[in-house]
Amino acid sequence: MNERAEIRMFIRERFPNAELDDQQNIFALGYVNSLFAMELVLFIEKHFRIEIPNEELDIANFCTIDAMSELVGRCAVPA
Amino acid sequence: MTSSRAHPESVADARAAPESARTGFRSFVDQVVAPYAGEFDRREEMPRSVLREAAARGYWGAALPASVGGAGMDMMTLGELHEEIGRGCSSLRNFFTVHTMTSATVHRWGSQEARDRLLEGMAAGELLGAFCLTEPEAGSDAAAGTATATRSGNCYRINGTKRWITAGEMADVMLVFANAERGRSAFIVEAAGPGVERIPIRGMLGCRASMLAEVRFEDCRVPASALLGREGAGGMIATSALDLGRYSVAAGCVGLIQACLEACVDYTSHRRQGGAMIKDHQLVRRMISEMVADLRAARLLCRHAGELKDSGDPATITATWIAKYRASVSAMRCATDAVQLHGANGCSDDFAVGRYFRDAKIMEIIEGSSEIQQLLISDSAYHDNDPFTRELVGGPR
Repeated sequence: MNERAEIRMFIRERFPNAELDDQQNIFALGYVNSLFAMELVLFIEKHFRIEIPNEELDIANFCTIDAMSELVGRCAVPA
Repeated sequence: MTSSRAHPESVADARAAPESARTGFRSFVDQVVAPYAGEFDRREEMPRSVLREAAARGYWGAALPASVGGAGMDMMTLGELHEEIGRGCSSLRNFFTVHTMTSATVHRWGSQEARDRLLEGMAAGELLGAFCLTEPEAGSDAAAGTATATRSGNCYRINGTKRWITAGEMADVMLVFANAERGRSAFIVEAAGPGVERIPIRGMLGCRASMLAEVRFEDCRVPASALLGREGAGGMIATSALDLGRYSVAAGCVGLIQACLEACVDYTSHRRQGGAMIKDHQLVRRMISEMVADLRAARLLCRHAGELKDSGDPATITATWIAKYRASVSAMRCATDAVQLHGANGCSDDFAVGRYFRDAKIMEIIEGSSEIQQLLISDSAYHDNDPFTRELVGGPR
């Protein structure tokens, strides 16, 4: 499973009825708030074993599945 | 019973030898805090000597790593520390709550410059933190805050008023939320600088020694490096800090329940009415049994939230809401019963349970009112696939 699919699955576990595509702004859906945004931060850090640096704590990085996937790519330590 | 003794400047000689963390916390509270908490409450003041004694034991840096001089405690241990402090004095625990929220946020989301300048002092307790979110017209709806942060070259100018700020009267480092060009943002403000005015708030119902203040920012200039995260990330940072604050308050409520139970067991074991100890009355036993059950349930909920925090599990946010909600409601119920069991004595200043009662009411309001928590917790029943919730609502949907 790739990063996008794993992020999508996490969001769907919380919001089973959400119809999501990778470019959709999840905050614009109306039921995602800053509380869930912080859960996304924790999920991304734990699941992908990265630490999001302070300069990347930008709501734009969590608005879409694509943006989160790109964030993971930027923060990942090369093997 | 409260004590009229003056607080000692130092109890260093009375410190115990190395011991388990919980035992050390308990010793600190029993020697330095609990006997004098009634006096702190009456004076509406937290003595510097208590803060220094906590500093000598490394408690202000409990949640910070050793690399900045902190104790590097895990969240389970931090919960035990705040529970024990809450057993002795909710006002002091409030100091620890906002200091922990602020210092952990600087550590996690601050610029390197801010971390280098502030964290060692915060870990040592030389710099006290305060959390400046609430405004006169923006409480539960914190997003409605009207404070502004205007970029001006390499600085921001902050304007606005924050209210009900715990430790606001004496804090050195303030975590301030204000609206910048890209949305609500979080800034670190060093309170000694120009443009910061504090007006002490007195006469609160409870937690009277929390040294609340209204803090006014008027063209308060902070460097761009004072911004935490990016502009617009204030909501996420507030959520993160409040999650830690709720965990601290929840743990403090467990301590408050413990204090109610201990006071009531002692009182009902010595108080005679109608030729019998009042502990032998069945209705008294009912109240004691409810306290025991509430204590265990609240403590387990806190531990569950702490375990999830230590493992970095995002489920900790909902778990912490639930822990704080249940622990604060239980603390209010137990404190109400504690006053009832003490009768007229419980309504006097001679017994601590009256203070517990007043402090417990505050716990149902701060860091998210019970009603806001109920809304969010019930949301989880409809939307969450958390296994605990799913089990309760009857299997997967």
